[in-house]
Amino acid sequence: MKFAVIVFPGSNCDLDMYNAVVDTVGEQVDYVWHTATDLSGYDAILVPGGFSYGDYLRCGAIAQLAPVMNEVRKAAAEGKFVLGVCNGFQVLTEAGLLPGALIRNNSLKFRCHPVGLRVENANTAFTRDYEQGEVVTIPIAHGEGNYYCDEETLAGLKANGQIVFTYDGANPNGSVAGIAGISNEAGNVVGMMPHPERAVSELLGSADGAKMFTSVLNAWRERNGAASTR
Amino acid sequence: MAQQAPAKEPTVQQIAEQKIYKQFGVSDSEFELICGFLGRQPNYTEIGVFSVMWSEHCAYKNSKPLLRRFPTSGPRVLMGPGEGAGIVDIGDKQAVVFKIESHNHPSAVEPYQGAATGVGGIIRDIFSMGSRPIALLNSLRFGKLESDRVKYLFEHVVSGIAGYGNCIGIPTVAGEVMFDEAYEGNPLVNAMCVGLIDHDKIQRGVAKGVGNPVFYVGPATGRDGIHGATFASEDLTAESEAKRSAVQVGDPFMEKLVMEATLELIDSGIVLGIQDMGAAGLTCSSAEMASKAGNGMELYLDEVPQREEGMTAYEMMLSESQERMLFVTEPHHEAQAKAIFERWGLHCAKVGKVTDDGRLRLFHQGEEVADMPVKALVDDCPVYDKPSKVPDYYLKNGSIDTNRYEQVIDLTDALKKVLGSPSLASKEWVYSQYDYQVRTSTAVVPGSDAAVVAIRGTRKALAMTTDCNGRYVYLDPEVGGRIAVAEAARNIVCSGGEPLAITDNLNFGSPEKPEVFWQMEKSVDGMAEACRFLDTPVIGGNVSLYNENAKGAIYPTPVVGMVGLITDIDHITTQEFKAEGDVIYLLGETKAEIGGSEFQYAVHGLTEGRPPVIDLAVEKALHGAVLGAIRQGLVASAHDLSEGGLAAAVAEATFGRGLGAEVDFATHLRPDLALFSESQSRILLSVKPEHAGALEAWLAEQGVPAQKLGVVGGEELVIAVNGHTAIQAPVNEFRTEWKEAIPCRMQ
Repeated sequence: MKFAVIVFPGSNCDLDMYNAVVDTVGEQVDYVWHTATDLSGYDAILVPGGFSYGDYLRCGAIAQLAPVMNEVRKAAAEGKFVLGVCNGFQVLTEAGLLPGALIRNNSLKFRCHPVGLRVENANTAFTRDYEQGEVVTIPIAHGEGNYYCDEETLAGLKANGQIVFTYDGANPNGSVAGIAGISNEAGNVVGMMPHPERAVSELLGSADGAKMFTSVLNAWRERNGAASTR
Repeated sequence: MAQQAPAKEPTVQQIAEQKIYKQFGVSDSEFELICGFLGRQPNYTEIGVFSVMWSEHCAYKNSKPLLRRFPTSGPRVLMGPGEGAGIVDIGDKQAVVFKIESHNHPSAVEPYQGAATGVGGIIRDIFSMGSRPIALLNSLRFGKLESDRVKYLFEHVVSGIAGYGNCIGIPTVAGEVMFDEAYEGNPLVNAMCVGLIDHDKIQRGVAKGVGNPVFYVGPATGRDGIHGATFASEDLTAESEAKRSAVQVGDPFMEKLVMEATLELIDSGIVLGIQDMGAAGLTCSSAEMASKAGNGMELYLDEVPQREEGMTAYEMMLSESQERMLFVTEPHHEAQAKAIFERWGLHCAKVGKVTDDGRLRLFHQGEEVADMPVKALVDDCPVYDKPSKVPDYYLKNGSIDTNRYEQVIDLTDALKKVLGSPSLASKEWVYSQYDYQVRTSTAVVPGSDAAVVAIRGTRKALAMTTDCNGRYVYLDPEVGGRIAVAEAARNIVCSGGEPLAITDNLNFGSPEKPEVFWQMEKSVDGMAEACRFLDTPVIGGNVSLYNENAKGAIYPTPVVGMVGLITDIDHITTQEFKAEGDVIYLLGETKAEIGGSEFQYAVHGLTEGRPPVIDLAVEKALHGAVLGAIRQGLVASAHDLSEGGLAAAVAEATFGRGLGAEVDFATHLRPDLALFSESQSRILLSVKPEHAGALEAWLAEQGVPAQKLGVVGGEELVIAVNGHTAIQAPVNEFRTEWKEAIPCRMQ
């Protein structure tokens, strides 16, 4: 299986995402520059956190115009696995690949700490190795992670099982319905504010994020049949 | 952004006759010297360049004789003071690079940008050495957390640090924040950056090779930060607000691009010399690079990218616009260098040439606008041996008996007061605004004695901390200086590391006051002695003088930034109790030492007397014993005893996991003094019961006094003295006082 980690100017969790792939599933992974125009060789696209283009204008607003994003849209439409974390989530909503928007935390402050996350949908490609309803510990680090969508969209998210993670306990940013992560309708595109790539080793406080990576590997294997198992 | 064109510059004659140089902090005798070096009177650009190069900030003219007293070498030191940052070997051809720097005055007038650009500046110092920055720390001081002004400064300094560090993607892993009236109106904002480097990648800021081109990279130069270095070298006054334009504006996104491109450039092997444009911008970087190579430099100012119309030579040379670098390469590498920067969306401009005449010559609009000897700029600033005088307060304090206070009976309440004092209280409100985990190597997050950052691909990790108790230094600068180094080392040891070296940030009042100069002298002596004793040389640092407010000088605050090496991640140790039934020990001796303590301040409302004494031999033996015990796998938790003494240390150890403790302290001292004394060279350990015997035997062998205090367990914190309960309440009650103290005040 081959992973792409997209790098925009200002991405700063690209290294962490890359290392998480290496450490959890040991599959091939490349950094892919924002100007790239071909993602056909990749099975999963990871859009990392950071401050793409300095978060100027609006988080993710400039990044979604980068050439590589056309390829990400194409990959998503083809059913490839796409994960956006933190700024990556913001980019995916700005790109129209996920509904809703991320606005400033209701505390008006950047917040960095571990949170409890409830797995609301353990059937997506990125969460299949978790138990439905399981609570895991994964850190957040964002100033604009307050997920917002209108009533109608929320009803749709609920009806389609698109709410993937909610905060367990105190909501750190004021998001609608305690939402921490969502998927698209097809379930192959997931965006989330917490950082699973920062929770892949007990040395760093938690390994609860590792299953995000094993999940997608298993989903890919299933899709491609046992022959593609290394 | 159009700005009004500046008024016409004063002429050579006007500068001399009207003594305009005095506005730039140049004295009459210094002006005479400058005229001598030039063989004529300087023009406006030249006096501007001289004044920043000869400011305290760049030339250390008041502190140089003192800085020479520090030990700066050692078997591990690869680079000592003088370059952007010092470098220490950590084995396997890797090294750690670190430095601390102040941004006190800018933060006093524009806290967000002042703090943010302080962080940006220190990061550039680290990556201009060729090193990848891996962690940030900071040491902050504010007035009492009561007035709106102090809250405003605190809030915006913290968000400035967060805004810069979070965006550029370097974790802010540790720091300290203290509040005291002494810092009212003149906060201290010291930022430290730590980087990793392979030995063969180490860069220096030298302009090598006559005829080689000099390149400028980074955003265009504007009129911000003009005379920042001079501003940092004078007292803050009511007029300081008017000097807001001396404060720079930061762009962490830009710095991220410049950092990545610079590291890529250095990696390509074509850089001959590189230096960031920090204090005194283009002036300092060009003069210093030429000086270090024994060369000269010509700069063509029309080629300098400019953000504003009609900038003069003077403005370009003195601007402290941020995120800029200057580097030298060979002519045939120009295209390769440009391609690297273009990939990152950056423009690099050829702005000068290395020459062999030892002069810094500036050309603008077809004319030579300045011609100055490099050596005069960099090396020939006069150094002043300031008069020193023992202050009256120090003499008076010598006869104050700090044990004369009436005995405090309700020690549960006293502990709550101490834990709820903002200096000692939880700093979660601060560090939860910092991204302390980006780069996924932070093994010990903020809140413990020292932060620990793992080195990927090895079993090693780095422990890092900043420390200084300004009250101790005020009460006895020499002892306080020793303690600052010793406590930093103790923090490193408690986290499982071996102290390597320090960087220091000497924050003092005006050196023109003999009493302040005495504080500087004595504290440097104390620090130097401790550095020698503990084998932690000083590899670099910063001096910030003229930190004064309406009431006088701040507490002398020589902040120590220390890095230690943890040889195996299995040795990483934290302060919180780990399991029910673990046995608690106190190492070291407790004396009745309340002078300068948090108890004296929070409960009695005083800071007086003499601080705790320190015996460096005892300290060193303690470090060896504790590090040995940790490396043998005997230790479950280790916590250094500092502000708040034994009572605070035990309480803090219960907070991490909410595990209570029951301890009984056998002592000949009065209970309130015993529990809140801040005697030095003490560490609290907890160990699994099965390791208790081995630990006791090891400590006895090492000659370190230890007392078994009790066991971990339950939901209460119970502290008895000689069998009589002195403090008792649920852990949660103490924790709430400690945790809510700052958020409550900031609401």
